[in-house]
Amino acid sequence: MRPLHTPRTGVIVCLLVAGVGTLCMAFWIADPARADINETAGTGRTGEALIYASPVEMLYSHDGKRLYVLCQGSDQVRVLDAVDFEAIKTIPVGHVPRGFSFSPDGTRLFVANTWDDTISVIDTGALEVIATWPVSAEPSNVLEDREGKHLFVANRISNDVAVLNAQTGEEEKTLAAGRGASYITPSPDGTKLYVTHVYPNPAPQRAAPESEITVIDTSRAIVVERIPLHSIAHCFHVAFSRDGRLGAAAGLHPKNLVPLAHLEHGGAFADTLTLFGSDIGEKPVEVPLDELERYAARPFGVAIAPDKSRIYVTSGGSEIVTVIDVSRLMRFLRTHKPPFAQDLSASSNYVIARVAVGQDPRGVIFSNDGHSLLVANRLDDTISVIDTRSNRVTSTVPLEGPKRLSVLRHGEQTFYTARYSFQGQIGCANCHIDSTFDGLTWDLEPDGFGRDIVDNKLLEDTKGTEPFKWNGGNPDMPTECGPRTEKYFWRSENYDDLTLTDLVVYIRSLPPRPNRWRQASGELTPAQERGKAIFSRETDNFGKPIAEANRCSYCHSGPKGTSKKSFDVGTKRLTDNSGLLDTPQLTNIALTAPYLHDAAAATLEEIWTKFNPDDRHGRTNDLKKDELNDLIQYLRTR
Amino acid sequence: MKSECNFAIAAAAVLLFTAPILNAAPPFTPAPKSHAASASTNGAIARVAPPQVVPRYRFENFTTPNGLPDDHVYSVLVDGDRIWAGTDNGLGLYENGKWKTFSTKDGLAHRAVLSLALDKRTGDVWAGTMGGLSRISGGRIDSYTQLNSGLSNDVVYGVSVENENVWVATAAGACRLDLHTGEWSLYNERNTPMVEIWVYGVSATPTKVYYAVWGSGILEYNQQTKVWDKYDDPDGENEIVLFKDQGLIHEITTSVSYVDNVLWAATYFGDSRYDGRYWHNFLTKDSGLPSNFTNVVKGVDANRAWFGTDKGLAYYDGVNWAVYRPSLTTGKPEMTVRDAQGRITQVPVTTAPAHQYILNIDFQGNDIWVATAKGLSHGILQQEK
Repeated sequence: MRPLHTPRTGVIVCLLVAGVGTLCMAFWIADPARADINETAGTGRTGEALIYASPVEMLYSHDGKRLYVLCQGSDQVRVLDAVDFEAIKTIPVGHVPRGFSFSPDGTRLFVANTWDDTISVIDTGALEVIATWPVSAEPSNVLEDREGKHLFVANRISNDVAVLNAQTGEEEKTLAAGRGASYITPSPDGTKLYVTHVYPNPAPQRAAPESEITVIDTSRAIVVERIPLHSIAHCFHVAFSRDGRLGAAAGLHPKNLVPLAHLEHGGAFADTLTLFGSDIGEKPVEVPLDELERYAARPFGVAIAPDKSRIYVTSGGSEIVTVIDVSRLMRFLRTHKPPFAQDLSASSNYVIARVAVGQDPRGVIFSNDGHSLLVANRLDDTISVIDTRSNRVTSTVPLEGPKRLSVLRHGEQTFYTARYSFQGQIGCANCHIDSTFDGLTWDLEPDGFGRDIVDNKLLEDTKGTEPFKWNGGNPDMPTECGPRTEKYFWRSENYDDLTLTDLVVYIRSLPPRPNRWRQASGELTPAQERGKAIFSRETDNFGKPIAEANRCSYCHSGPKGTSKKSFDVGTKRLTDNSGLLDTPQLTNIALTAPYLHDAAAATLEEIWTKFNPDDRHGRTNDLKKDELNDLIQYLRTR
Repeated sequence: MKSECNFAIAAAAVLLFTAPILNAAPPFTPAPKSHAASASTNGAIARVAPPQVVPRYRFENFTTPNGLPDDHVYSVLVDGDRIWAGTDNGLGLYENGKWKTFSTKDGLAHRAVLSLALDKRTGDVWAGTMGGLSRISGGRIDSYTQLNSGLSNDVVYGVSVENENVWVATAAGACRLDLHTGEWSLYNERNTPMVEIWVYGVSATPTKVYYAVWGSGILEYNQQTKVWDKYDDPDGENEIVLFKDQGLIHEITTSVSYVDNVLWAATYFGDSRYDGRYWHNFLTKDSGLPSNFTNVVKGVDANRAWFGTDKGLAYYDGVNWAVYRPSLTTGKPEMTVRDAQGRITQVPVTTAPAHQYILNIDFQGNDIWVATAKGLSHGILQQEK
């Protein structure tokens, strides 16, 4: 999929507006039990929409004198002095940047801007943007090959890696990646690129999730291998040892095939590291980071020490950096037979420290001398500096920005932290990756074990789409996020009222991402126009009237495509308690496969080719194949 | 310069009266312009200056005992050193001397793989099957069917890739998958001049796309003007060719190949060549075609093409014809050459394609790979001593 247009920069105001809480700059010690909610979670102090830096990634300049910080919230690259972290320059880039990298010679810095589908090219001498190149849908990371011939761009929505001319930015081709292609890591010799994905690849209903690391040969610019990641649904950064023999990928291993009822037994996710490379052998090995009462929720960034003695992993939900002793890890692998991804006793064999850092830690890099590790804390606008010899935070560097904590910022912090759940295992963002969805189905306990298997929904643009849950059981967002979540998901103490309010305000503020199927002009293509007519039609292809309740536009009415009423569209399964389902909104429906309440339909097409035999989900069986294609082309514009 | 031209004409004249003509010159590279060595059927080497020559091959045949998934091979695709074989029971990949089979367990849409195409830019292989269209990319197989995608029909007879477009020929119309947008465009009797919707073959280039429509001639799509055109047999559905070379030889087309701005078309009742202005048709009675029943045609360039028929593999170099097959009577390897005067000469050979029923053809440098009803054949060009 490729965008029909390039979304405007600045379309959205408030996805990541947030603030710095001075509390969050405190020095945190390496004790996972330190996460006392009352100490750390204040409530928002202001209703203003403040622009926070929200650092996500960092890079040192080739000469080691500058530190470049990618600030997702303020749409900037900030250039700091590498020694004293004094600001040198702030460079505005595109909207919601997610990844950046230097050209091999260090003269250019490429920034992937996710919401306006561009690459900013920065001259590192002048510290200015010298070009902005349009690319595909939601570019999330970018990397130039060592020959300076091609630029590779991971596109999250179009599920591909675009290959650009590195000098002109012209797209030469796209390579099929996995679903949600987001992060690119080169092998140490630069001959291969390793691409990871935040969503699982399409899989049969209620099958274990599968993801992959897509391996690209940089000289030929083709995909040469796909390293399977069995049971991994969401994969983030990869790191390599300097000798290239050990690779490590941070991932989320959901336990969505069993009822979500055993959080007290570590029953929702395994937070893991997948190891691969010649040190490991032919097959990748997934090792857990979690330990009972010491979880490493949402692993994201990975770094391997230059001497390959340690692996460091940031965990956004747990707000820690996990430190792994590589020799102990290898000993463990030699003496234990996988699988052990869900073994909560395993990590004590090789995890030697869990270092508390700031809120939602993301990117991680070593200092030039390898003695310090820098961690970008996205939700408190700080950089934690860890002494790698003592595994303690030696300083916390605040980035310039608002000092007041806004309601939205606090709501976002609440959304991303795991501290509210039992033993800090999970947070909202575990299932709503980057505030979206996860592409998985879950068996939630409230409906009974094995009952009402449900597909996860997209969170964007939910304001005004109540009630919630597929059965419409929750009348509003506070109910959805409050008692329901606390009781059935967190199994922990309740949010205080203001925290719950902040969380709800944040979720209700999430706007829809720019729709990549709409033309810049706003006009529909001929196929989309034909599809719209089918969506709204009142008579079928035989000239017979279609009952009002059996028209697409009746249930999926209004600007968000929901009448907010429940209907039985004939999709009730034996395991469902009721056939009545809340009409889901159509916002960015193209992104959220699989479909139907239980994810039975792998694609939009299957909703009608497989699961509408009696025309109860709209009158569609009179449609010719090309007419159904037109209808789907229109739906993708919603 | 003039004398050189005269020499060339003279040399051509020598060629015309020197039959049969064999050569080691690469059949898939530009036609030789310099003198080349040729041999007569008795093995004597004659020094001539043939503008076109016919190649001789040693055929190595693969069947299930060699690891081929199935002996019935519908399609073959060369991807550098890798050979893909679409069989009746899986997709075979020949690499480093070994066969590997991809099946429905690996995600293949159906076990019977009818057609194959290579996206040269990405290395992805597209496989048309009896149950949908599959993409093999870096070892992962994604399948598109008429139920889970916009694909017009699950029986995919032909597939061709051009830039970011995958053009597909199915049993219920043609279609295109735009890899840029993910949009499927369907082409059928409602939006093209197509009369029948049983589409057998496709050849796509950045300028034009041709579909062989069984019972509906040839469809042409001009990529610049986005206009469809149609080429029919002027005799309609009559089986009588009233005037030779007046148009497409027959409505029941099976295969198309568009190369060097020339269209090669195969039908069950003879074959055609169209250069945009003139048609030239080939029938057994007036060419070297071993049979009018042609499953596949693959053009080498504007003048040369290979034909896969039910009675053998044929090569046409613009003047001469060569046929390679197991003898229809004895089963022994057989090669015949037909010159411009229609003189046919037997060439002694020790190998032949695995079967005379030829279904598909692809080129590997100077070699040829041939899908047959009973095995896959690798024709290795023989260098004359």
